[in-house]
Amino acid sequence: MITIKDVEHIGWLASIEIAEEEREEFVAQFNSVLDWFHQLDEVDADDVSPTYRVLDLVNVFREDHVLPSLAQEESLKNAPKIEAGYFKSPRIV
Amino acid sequence: MIAMLSGLKKDLASGSAEEYLEGLFERIEKSKLNAFNTLSKESALERARKFDRSPWGGLLAGVPIAIKDGISTKGIETTCSSSILRGYIPPYDAHVIERLKAEGAIIMGKTNMDEFAMGTSTETSCFGPSRNPWEIDRVPGGSSGGSAAAVAGGEAPCALGSDTGGSVRCPASFCGIVGLKPTYGLVSRYGLISYANSLEQIGPLTRTVEDSALLLEVISGNDPRDSTSAEKGQYLAGVRESIAGLRLGVPREYFGEGVDPSVEKAVWDAISVLEELGASWREVSLPHTKYALAAYYIIAMSEASSNLARFDGLRYGKRMGEDRDWHTTFSKVRSAGFGKETKRRILLGTYALSAGYYGRYYLKALQVRTLIKEDFERSLADVDLLVSPTMPFPAFRIGERIDDPLSLYMADVFTVPINLAGVPAISVPCGFAGRLPIGLQLIGRHFEEDLLLRAARSFEEATPHHLRMPEVA
Repeated sequence: MITIKDVEHIGWLASIEIAEEEREEFVAQFNSVLDWFHQLDEVDADDVSPTYRVLDLVNVFREDHVLPSLAQEESLKNAPKIEAGYFKSPRIV
Repeated sequence: MIAMLSGLKKDLASGSAEEYLEGLFERIEKSKLNAFNTLSKESALERARKFDRSPWGGLLAGVPIAIKDGISTKGIETTCSSSILRGYIPPYDAHVIERLKAEGAIIMGKTNMDEFAMGTSTETSCFGPSRNPWEIDRVPGGSSGGSAAAVAGGEAPCALGSDTGGSVRCPASFCGIVGLKPTYGLVSRYGLISYANSLEQIGPLTRTVEDSALLLEVISGNDPRDSTSAEKGQYLAGVRESIAGLRLGVPREYFGEGVDPSVEKAVWDAISVLEELGASWREVSLPHTKYALAAYYIIAMSEASSNLARFDGLRYGKRMGEDRDWHTTFSKVRSAGFGKETKRRILLGTYALSAGYYGRYYLKALQVRTLIKEDFERSLADVDLLVSPTMPFPAFRIGERIDDPLSLYMADVFTVPINLAGVPAISVPCGFAGRLPIGLQLIGRHFEEDLLLRAARSFEEATPHHLRMPEVA
């Protein structure tokens, strides 16, 4: 069972602040979705290998040539806050 | 006038691309469908005028096309129908957009979708729902609902969508048009804003199967910028060939409980038509079908929680108020910027991947995914294609399911297994329940789109369903 405390913790892990009024609703919905996920418990798949990708991939190699990439100005164009040619982040510590 | 691509190309040979495009924009501006988020009217008309002055060549020379708002278009706002991305103008084109432009197409604008492609109805869009042209109070399906509504409503001759768990086929089915989900890897995902990257593919939404083949011809093919990208085949050349001798499989798990009787009837009628065209059919079984939905949602939510971590208001998108510390600032941005369903999926995905639960949810879902993939491999060893309904019922009413996430998830029961297995599938119109279209789903082996398209084209030619048009106000 997921509790309000769990929802707060998951919100912290996912960096999404969860409003007071959303918490009860999420608790109920998450419990019903997780209950529904538990139907997979009845599948015996312990010896089955997981599928991360549906197709077999091969390594693709290329020469290590420098190719043109986005100009600095283009890269910064959508940023809400920039300073001296950098993205400006909130303080970290 | 609603033009088919092939018909349109004939029109353009004699008429004016600008006039045709102006007609479409007029229709869109009067429309109640809410199919478009952004129109690139000026640049599109300018390109049409240039085309009229000195026409260029290419498979899509002068053809207007609408693009789902989750596909990056250089210089045209791209939002994924999320307020966290409003105002974002990509500095580059997705691979598919480069290909369309190289073949002479004209980008008309960006279509509405479920926020970050998470939905089956286009109701989770921050711009409000798109509407079904056949009945205006019903959903067009999702998540590529704007693309499907635009094509079905005569606002665009063709469109691109993306399909993570049915997001091209579902709206094609609900709107009575053709929607193709290619084999995983056939179309480059470079520039497609990721939701669940091991499942999704970009695919065409068109009025006819031949138009679908034409668009696939253009957008498929190897692109070194997508590490899962594969080589293309030939799709147009053989599309008119006969399907005599084709072996069809009818999966028993895709019929019965939960499927609307009108849908079952239309699909069985379609199987009879395919039989008359020279195909044979037999029942097959995909025994793990009932676990596909849960496995799909665990995988999709887990991948979403990782993919959507990039939206933090640092490099693009929303940023609000004064900055505080890193975590608080981003948590507030993401809280205000994401809608409810997006939050639910990120949060549940975060939970499924968190310490202590990884084995129970994510790993287990990937193991079930193997079993589902093997179901398809086994059945498609004995038959050439599988036939099923695309959706268990016709389009539902706006508001009918949106408050109950589980009831919405259930609608994807016949589309998600295909994405888990990575095989290609197409939805074509196969009948009506009253005024509401019903879609037939054909499913093929990896990279056998040629056969899939040929069967769909034969069926289309033998039936009148694709010719019926909605009476859009």
